[in-house]
Amino acid sequence: MRPERSFQGLILTLQRYWADYGCVILQPYDMEVGAGTFHPATTLRALGPKRWNAAYVQPSRRPKDGRYGENPNRLQHYYQFQVILKPSPPDIQELYLKSLAAIGVDSHLHDIRFVEDDWESPTLGAWGLGWECWCDGMEVSQFTYFQQVAGVECAPVSGELTYGLERLAMYVQGVDRVYDLNFNGRDGAERVTYGDVFLQAEQEYSRHNFEHSDADMLFKQFAMAEEACKKYLEAGWVSGHNQKKHLMALPAYDQCIKASHVFNLLDARGVISVTERQSYIMRVRELARACGEAWLHTEAGGAT
Amino acid sequence: MPDLLLELFSEEIPARMQAKAADDLRRMVTDKLVAEGLVYEGAKAFATPRRLTLTVHGIPARQSDLKEERRGPRVGGPDAAIQGFLKATGLASLDEAKIQRDPKKGDFYIALIEKPGRATLDVLADMLPVIIRTFPWPKSMRWGERSARPGALQWVRPLHAIVATFGMETEEPDVVKFAVDGIEAGQTTYGHRFMAPAPISVRRFEDYQAKLHAAKVVLDPQGRKDIILAEARTLAQAQNYELIEDQGLLDEVAGLVEWPVVLMGSFDQEFLSIPGEVIRATIRNNQKCFVVSDPKTTKLINKFVLTANIEASDGGKAIIAGNERVIRARLSDAKFFYETDLKTKLEERLAKFDSIVFHEKLGTQGERIKRIERLAAEIAPLVGADVEKTKRAARLAKTDLLTEVVGEFPELQGLMGKYYALAQGEDASVAAASEEHYKPQGPADRVPTDPVSVAVALADKIDTLVGFWAIDEKPTGSKDPYALRRAALGVIRLLVENRHKINLISVFDKHAEAFKVTGAAMVRWAGRQVRNNSVDLLAFFADRLKVQLREQGARYDLVDAVFALEGQDDLLMVVRRVEALGKFLDTDDGKNLLAGTKRAANILRIEEKKDGKAYEGAPDAALYSLDEEKTLAKAIDQVKADASAAAAKEDFASAMSAMAKLRPAVDAFFDKVKVNDDDAKVRENRLKLLNEIRDATRAVADFSKIQD
Repeated sequence: MRPERSFQGLILTLQRYWADYGCVILQPYDMEVGAGTFHPATTLRALGPKRWNAAYVQPSRRPKDGRYGENPNRLQHYYQFQVILKPSPPDIQELYLKSLAAIGVDSHLHDIRFVEDDWESPTLGAWGLGWECWCDGMEVSQFTYFQQVAGVECAPVSGELTYGLERLAMYVQGVDRVYDLNFNGRDGAERVTYGDVFLQAEQEYSRHNFEHSDADMLFKQFAMAEEACKKYLEAGWVSGHNQKKHLMALPAYDQCIKASHVFNLLDARGVISVTERQSYIMRVRELARACGEAWLHTEAGGAT
Repeated sequence: MPDLLLELFSEEIPARMQAKAADDLRRMVTDKLVAEGLVYEGAKAFATPRRLTLTVHGIPARQSDLKEERRGPRVGGPDAAIQGFLKATGLASLDEAKIQRDPKKGDFYIALIEKPGRATLDVLADMLPVIIRTFPWPKSMRWGERSARPGALQWVRPLHAIVATFGMETEEPDVVKFAVDGIEAGQTTYGHRFMAPAPISVRRFEDYQAKLHAAKVVLDPQGRKDIILAEARTLAQAQNYELIEDQGLLDEVAGLVEWPVVLMGSFDQEFLSIPGEVIRATIRNNQKCFVVSDPKTTKLINKFVLTANIEASDGGKAIIAGNERVIRARLSDAKFFYETDLKTKLEERLAKFDSIVFHEKLGTQGERIKRIERLAAEIAPLVGADVEKTKRAARLAKTDLLTEVVGEFPELQGLMGKYYALAQGEDASVAAASEEHYKPQGPADRVPTDPVSVAVALADKIDTLVGFWAIDEKPTGSKDPYALRRAALGVIRLLVENRHKINLISVFDKHAEAFKVTGAAMVRWAGRQVRNNSVDLLAFFADRLKVQLREQGARYDLVDAVFALEGQDDLLMVVRRVEALGKFLDTDDGKNLLAGTKRAANILRIEEKKDGKAYEGAPDAALYSLDEEKTLAKAIDQVKADASAAAAKEDFASAMSAMAKLRPAVDAFFDKVKVNDDDAKVRENRLKLLNEIRDATRAVADFSKIQD
């Protein structure tokens, strides 16, 4: 499974590399999210004092980015490879560069650059400083030192690496159209391309996202998720020996993720006006903030 | 004298912050040295993506010793005062103080404080960590294990190493001993990230810079810029092409590399069907590459120049190929956007503006476009523009905001509108207005001259100004979020430089009706009732005009004197009056007449105050007893008639010449005539005559408002 031969080879190589470093290799979170950052293994685990090193692939949905399968590099569903290292190790840049070397990007042959890119997620109430990492002029990763997540100061700071897997695979395979990527590394009749796996899905979901998604249902789902999130948060608080604890931060956060994705669907459908848009973002952020607060009162969040 | 070398080695510093950071470092360190009594000979700071470096040379090795006598309380004074004195001076007891004899006021204590100068090395060790901790990065961050602790160091990106040495040229320098958040200052730095990553031991600036160069780091940003520019030009010229130079891009690119390697790549000819500005914006903004033109046609050719950060083992082939692929993908997107845009007529985009809010209180973009169209049509005849073309231009001018290309590259707004308008067969003036109605964007920007563009540009800006005035969102202090000052200056330049006469008050008044704002107060202005907002907005224009004239080095103080006259709302006329007045006041006649008028005004003010009444109305010719009075009265009548007639013809130079004739009569009057005559009637008549002088000058300006 050589990384430059197949999409899955690339994923396996990255997993192997970060597993060797000592990361917990997780599987994708089983909900629709807009980016790997939404996985509770990043959003929530970035909060609190405990060490945490993890890596995982996360399918990411950006309903608005659908192009009916016609654009060579825009997708409404794509994969991110996400690494979170808490606290950020001093040699994190070297670790990242070695991971590029592992997938066949030779830093003596290619021009690798760290170009300013400050990251902010208004819906997660999160921001950090870092770079987009360029290889010969192409952005292949995002590199962020989280400063704040869910409105809470990160202490300690985590380092987050996000590899755009399709981009990176296109680069190492030398392919210009995402659907032409070799997925399984075989040739001839056994060859499976990215298009074989996902082209139909891109077409169908684009239709769904832009034309047919049930806006009425989605508005209701947003309200339901929002309400459920608040309800679970409220139910989760318990008072112990003069200390508050929370017992349901994760289920509550699931509803926050849900609301966020439903909002993205509504946005793609074009049924949210400019002024409403801001208020929806604020509502999701409020949920994220409350979930973060709850998480800090759980064991994994560092509560004693 | 010894030199300081300081290097702060970090992860990649954003390109746009490097120059200011280098400057801040130099300023903070040298200011502090001077404050510590250490006057240095010279200092220079540098930045690369990974380091800030400062060299300060010729710093004294020690501070000078300080001796100070401090006066204390009187001998036998209260204990509290004595304790305070001891504490403040650091004396152990009064035995260490001297007693100063003073037979008049009584003896008192003197403390002799000797403060030995400290070694500069120690001063540096104290000040450098403070400077690092308080460094003014526009945005800074915490990182790593220590970020969990309170008071963790903040830097622009993680800081890894500090070099700090101090010493003479001839000797092995000392390390300035300090540590910041666990990072110890030392003598070790690192070369290029990929080509020479090994640690390097440095002593002082000279060997530091040379060793870095050997380790593939060009320390001086100017040096990197020179290399990039020279190599880029050479690459282009080798193929008989010309590099399109771009200072902003050059600054940025030089901040992205430590070892610039300039390479040339190409893209498919077919992309040259996209407007050159779109190609350039795509390649510049997204890929930080330069574009190249053919000097014969001045058009872009299918080449670009990239700046890599390494000497690649294959001579750059893979780097060029990679960049070409990214640029191909980017240009495909741009071409797709451009071609998609061309499929929709501009006017078909109008409906969408009805759902885009321009400002909460000022309605939608759609409403704004309609207002601009109506106003532009009204202005068109005043600036010699065809009304129908102007209306069409105003309707289309903003439509490109909803195109794909402008969505991607907002800086191409207007320009794309022009291309799309031409592509759909619009009149050339109509198309040009899309681009030109945004102009002038500032004091240095070009002012459009095509009447259609001028009409739409004026309407666009006046709509903004009247609208924000209507909802009372005016600029305050440094806050001008809607760029209203720039809009007002734009109106001034459009009118004055194109020599268009427009009475702004009536334009403002009428346009204000388009905004459903109730309760706009009416005031009397030039003999009629107008909106207070319109008069206030005119005053805002007067202020902008003053700023502009001041920047041009003209007599901006004369603006008030002209605006003080009734009905001055035609900016071209105001400027002409100011010019003529300025010239007149440069002459002897002008200076003396101004002095005479002011003298008259001063006497009047004093006497009117004393008597509690105003001396207005025509003087009685029968009461003139002296020749000078008669001569003055005659001169005033003559000047009033001549100056008013000239001013009515907008011939302000002649109005000034007429005014000059008043001067000898005024001078003679003040020389020979006693205003405060014993006869009350004569006195009153003479005061009325003085008032006439003041009145006569008002044909061109209110002289009393002129500062001298």
